Amino acid sequence: MAQQIKMHLLVCGGMGCRASESDSIQANLENELRLHGLENESKVVATGCFGYCEKGPIVKVHPDNTFYVQVKPGDAKEIVEEHVIKGRKVERLLYTDPKNKENVSDSKHIGFYRKQIRIALRNCGIIDPENIDEYLARDGYQALGKVLSEMTPENAIKIIKDSGLRGRGGGGFPTGLKWEITRKSVSEKKYVVCNADEGDPGAFMDRSVLEGDPHVVLEAMAICGFAIGADAGLIYIRAEYPLAIHRLKIAIQQAREYGLLGNDVFGTGFNFDVELRYGAGAFVCGEETALIHSMEGSRGEPTFKPPFPSVEGYLGKPTNVNNVETFANIPPIINKGSRWFAAIGTERSKGTKVFALAGKINNVGLIEVPMGTTLREVIFEIGGGIKDGKKFKAVQTGGPSGGCLTEKHLDIPIEYDTLIAAGSMMGSGGMIVMDEDDCMVSVAKYYLDFTVEESCGKCSPCRIGNKRLHEILETITKGEGTMEDLSKLKNLSNVIKDTSLCGLGQTSPNPVLSTMDNFWDEYISHVVDKKCTSGVCKSLMCYVVIPDNCVGCTACARNCPVNCISGERKQVHYIDQSTCIKCGTCLDKCKFNAIEIV
Amino acid sequence: MTKIKSLADLKLKKEECEKRLNLREKSNEPEKFIRVKVGMATSGIASGAKVVMDYLIEELDKRGIDALVTQTGDMGYCYAEPTIEVKRPGEDPIVFGYVDTKKADEIIEKYLKNGELVEGIIPVNYESIDE
Repeated sequence: MAQQIKMHLLVCGGMGCRASESDSIQANLENELRLHGLENESKVVATGCFGYCEKGPIVKVHPDNTFYVQVKPGDAKEIVEEHVIKGRKVERLLYTDPKNKENVSDSKHIGFYRKQIRIALRNCGIIDPENIDEYLARDGYQALGKVLSEMTPENAIKIIKDSGLRGRGGGGFPTGLKWEITRKSVSEKKYVVCNADEGDPGAFMDRSVLEGDPHVVLEAMAICGFAIGADAGLIYIRAEYPLAIHRLKIAIQQAREYGLLGNDVFGTGFNFDVELRYGAGAFVCGEETALIHSMEGSRGEPTFKPPFPSVEGYLGKPTNVNNVETFANIPPIINKGSRWFAAIGTERSKGTKVFALAGKINNVGLIEVPMGTTLREVIFEIGGGIKDGKKFKAVQTGGPSGGCLTEKHLDIPIEYDTLIAAGSMMGSGGMIVMDEDDCMVSVAKYYLDFTVEESCGKCSPCRIGNKRLHEILETITKGEGTMEDLSKLKNLSNVIKDTSLCGLGQTSPNPVLSTMDNFWDEYISHVVDKKCTSGVCKSLMCYVVIPDNCVGCTACARNCPVNCISGERKQVHYIDQSTCIKCGTCLDKCKFNAIEIV
Repeated sequence: MTKIKSLADLKLKKEECEKRLNLREKSNEPEKFIRVKVGMATSGIASGAKVVMDYLIEELDKRGIDALVTQTGDMGYCYAEPTIEVKRPGEDPIVFGYVDTKKADEIIEKYLKNGELVEGIIPVNYESIDE
């Protein structure tokens, strides 16, 4: 049997650290270990991004958790001779706490790791979602037990109100207040609805919670049921989430078997059960009135509010609709208290928010950060920065209802109100990062594609207006736009915002308006110069031959699928722009760098 | 199945569940029991987590390693799916990313058997509210 490895030196192999020679550090450490004959006792391992790129390259010693920062290849000798051989930490490479100037060796005590706090995701990736016992082992259903046995509905509502929790589906309405209003509505029947109709492109927070921790939603819905006086819960979930549905069904079954759902829960006389309702995946059904109509079997179309669902909702009865992530916060708030929750986050936005990082970012995935974290921290520290070392251009938050934020917004804290002030919104938590290769006019068009498709068609500003917006954007990306089109685009956007019936139409022009605000020069170059600087809009690109480089090898002409390239052997070739389809084959095939895009 | 009829019942049940989960660690032969969790959310499964999980269960059995393999939800590291977490008794759990069957084999042979780390570790970068 091989000799037991006693110590590991973990070297960050993330993009940022690689750029600061972490591979040389790794090589040097390996070399030093060999020189001292330690290669069978200690081992160097490259890891994924530690997320602390600012202080990189990082070397962490396992198992004692020593965390070295800003390590240089030349430090390898000292780390091996001091730490590995003599067991003494290399003080000068330790992380220094910026507050008390003390060296911190154990990575668990480094403030950076408090950048992510997992409340809604606390069980995701920890428990087996199909085994209720694992949920119970992690305090599952304790909050429900506590509420039913020790509290009045008013107490429970007060805790949620005091915690400052606001709706995580996008709107940010205070959850406790919503509960209170529904409680005050007088009716013999009330409903608790969980909105699991997650529809923003690139967003998958709710799906992850349902797939990773389905019981938390059931428990929170039962707590809500007790608080507002409802005995029935409905989860409206899109049929495109088969795994989440499968796990929810198992969870409901298990909770019923344990008597945690059903009649006389905890022997308190409280009855509550949960059923699933499937949606066909219409974006508008995330809007609560449309969602309710869809559950009733009608068309998924929104209706005017008031009456709010809290007064007149499902089957005309008072209905409390909360989003999955909102519910996932409820049991920890009950267990740990409103003060604990209110201490996390900022003055007006409490707690944490889950984001799905996507786009041109290194660490695509799910993160959960306290409110007030800056976009810069999320993108460049937790997210590991932009792919392939490219330049950051914009970040889209809030999905089709949100907007694009730029470099100048990177240091604003993430809160409901600051994001709105900056021209975007929190939304449900999709965060799509764009780099220098993205054309902002095309990005706006992409979101309009989506809203045109998803508009339910009930009100004309949204149905017709968005279609017209899309057509104007289409014209601009083809290079046929005029300055007049730009002013039309802006006016029409504002009209749609002001006159649409529901949230979908009221926010659908946001991607257009925010890109016009922040990237006006890109619109101008599309309209006036007929250029797409990012090289995305095909109609505005021209593949041309650079005469000085062309040797007349005929490779481009032979491979062109539409035969638009002409020229004799050993003579400069010519691309006929009128028939060129801009496929880029000539550029790929040319070995002499004689084709360029202008 | 016995129903949980009161908060006191639930507390007892929690202790029982907790014990059962930790049982393996606290058993008489702690060096034998290892827990492996496979991230089986949609993103994990789409990247092949199911194959990896089947492989782990089968191979650990074949190689006579007493380990408990369970599924879990999304660990959040979607860029590195499939991801698995391995907890050796008495040690902090380690998450490995980009685990295919080849990598799983390496992890079994090196880390599960000898505690030797292999490439592909994803450093944990968040704080849990439970500690």
